[in-house]
Amino acid sequence: MKPAWWTVFRKEVTENLRDRRTVINSLVYGPLFGPFLFVVLIGFVVSQAGDRAERPLELPVAGAELAPNLMAFLRQNNIVIEQAPEDPEQAVRDQDQELVLRVPAEYAERWREGRSAPLELIYDQSRQFTQQSVLRLTRVLDGYGGLHAALRISARGVNPEVMRPLAIVDRDQSSAQSRAGMLLAFLPYMLIIGAFVAGMYLAIDTTAGERERQSLEALLINPVPRSQILIGKLAATTAFALTALALSLLAFLIALPLMPVGQTGLDIQFNVTTAAWAMLAIAPLALLAASSETLVAAFSKSFREAQTWLGMMMVLPAIPAVVLLLNPVKPTAWMYWTPLVSQHVVLNQIVRGELVAGWQFAASIVGTLALGLFLAWLCIRIYHRERLAISV
Amino acid sequence: MIQVADLRKAFGTVKAVDGVSFTAHDGQITGLLGPNGAGKTTTLRMLYTLMKPDAGSIRIDQVDALAQPLAARQRMGVLPDAKGLYKRLSARENIEYFGRLQGLDEASLRRRTDELIAALDLGEIADRRSEGFSQGQRVKTAIARALIHSPANVLLDEPTNGLDVMATRAMRRFLTGLRDAGHCVLFSSHIMQEVSALCDRIVVIARGRVVADGTPDELRAQTGNDNLEDAFVSVIGSEEGLS
Repeated sequence: MKPAWWTVFRKEVTENLRDRRTVINSLVYGPLFGPFLFVVLIGFVVSQAGDRAERPLELPVAGAELAPNLMAFLRQNNIVIEQAPEDPEQAVRDQDQELVLRVPAEYAERWREGRSAPLELIYDQSRQFTQQSVLRLTRVLDGYGGLHAALRISARGVNPEVMRPLAIVDRDQSSAQSRAGMLLAFLPYMLIIGAFVAGMYLAIDTTAGERERQSLEALLINPVPRSQILIGKLAATTAFALTALALSLLAFLIALPLMPVGQTGLDIQFNVTTAAWAMLAIAPLALLAASSETLVAAFSKSFREAQTWLGMMMVLPAIPAVVLLLNPVKPTAWMYWTPLVSQHVVLNQIVRGELVAGWQFAASIVGTLALGLFLAWLCIRIYHRERLAISV
Repeated sequence: MIQVADLRKAFGTVKAVDGVSFTAHDGQITGLLGPNGAGKTTTLRMLYTLMKPDAGSIRIDQVDALAQPLAARQRMGVLPDAKGLYKRLSARENIEYFGRLQGLDEASLRRRTDELIAALDLGEIADRRSEGFSQGQRVKTAIARALIHSPANVLLDEPTNGLDVMATRAMRRFLTGLRDAGHCVLFSSHIMQEVSALCDRIVVIARGRVVADGTPDELRAQTGNDNLEDAFVSVIGSEEGLS
């Protein structure tokens, strides 16, 4: 004979697979929305940035006729000189222009005298991408200035190196994969949220939902220990969360290679092996999600009430991820033992292509399973309370 | 057989059940009659071990229900006050789910389900999802799932609540059939006519206490009323909450 929890598990899974709303929310929307949004957004940003870096910069210049040599230099550096509007400041404020260069009347005279010649950049820094254009123009202008500084100095018989006491060489220790890891930094966040979203509907349906539909009392009259009934329900919720996580990782596995990251010099290493390790790292969270959500839902009197509480609770798993996303710190031992934090840290290491030590993996799994089991035990305790079964 | 002695249950300061004792025998229909709020549902809930009494004893076929709740529940088929079904499962699946929880093997589960579907005239809706069932169809399905393990004792809390005349008559026939097959049938009701038409033995409950207990003839003799319904009113002391 099959154990009672298996009967409960099978029935909950069957019943919920027949519910379109649950299936769409738990197994379609939850696991696939994250990867989709991620790929579309990042893809858009990456391709925008790439385009802007390569496209000629269209630059309206006021007073271009005062500095013909400078204009020639700008053209050599992939900048297209355009006619400036009547009132450059107004044009920038009206967002008709992003960046305007003005050559003031005194430019030519001061240049000839060998004094600092003024140039004005007119832009609005609060606009997206403007900073990039300004940076690009400033670099070209600095190049022009540096070139002429060297020429003027050597004309006076001085070695131009006098002007460059420092020779800076960049030796970036990041790998193409670890830079891509920065891009993947919110993959852990999405997986963690995904696990909680996927479990939510079953956690409610199997507890508060069953109470509201007035079938709980009849169920509990069967000669089966309540712990078995609850284990079956928790197992069904956990199974849904695990399935959602697997689907989510599969979606990332398919979607990430489609992203136009090649031109940025990033190397996204997210293959079947990485995905499998990621699944192992995140799997214990499915139980934690199921038991914490069941705990909250078991206290609620109705589906709606449970939904409200769990909606508010959804913020909790996101907090460690968001804090670590905004304030990345070097992981310390306690982090590997702390549920939610450990998944974030371990997953980050996996997507950055760093080695995850055995004890780190074990600590993450043991810590999360321990909390998950403790909450499951609390759920069982609640299910033994007398008032629980009474629907009205 | 169900034997209850001096059952007590209080919620806070409210004594919902205050010393209820009675015996329901095999091959008899025992009615628990009382106005709404008299303590019938609470008494039944303690019988099927959903609630723990503060004091008293319950024996189901000589099994102490307080000491061995699982064994006691195996001997009972219960139609509780809440008769909700799983609406995304068919009537058959609803019945089979409870059968599996009762520990039936697949062969006897199938046989017994077919028997109950035939006995309760559920054939037409057996494989339809229970969403959209009429009240009568819902109650019949709930009875089938309660009786899937052929229990010797059958407890029903207000089984005819919300049923139309035809369904009520079918329910009465079904209960009589169970009695004739030797089951111990215990049901609660606040409908005097139903209790007088069906019961071999009547336990009248008011304010958490048993105010009368006996066969219809004994009740009539005890109160000096020829009419059983007048007898009920005189032992309860009021018509309030009855119908």
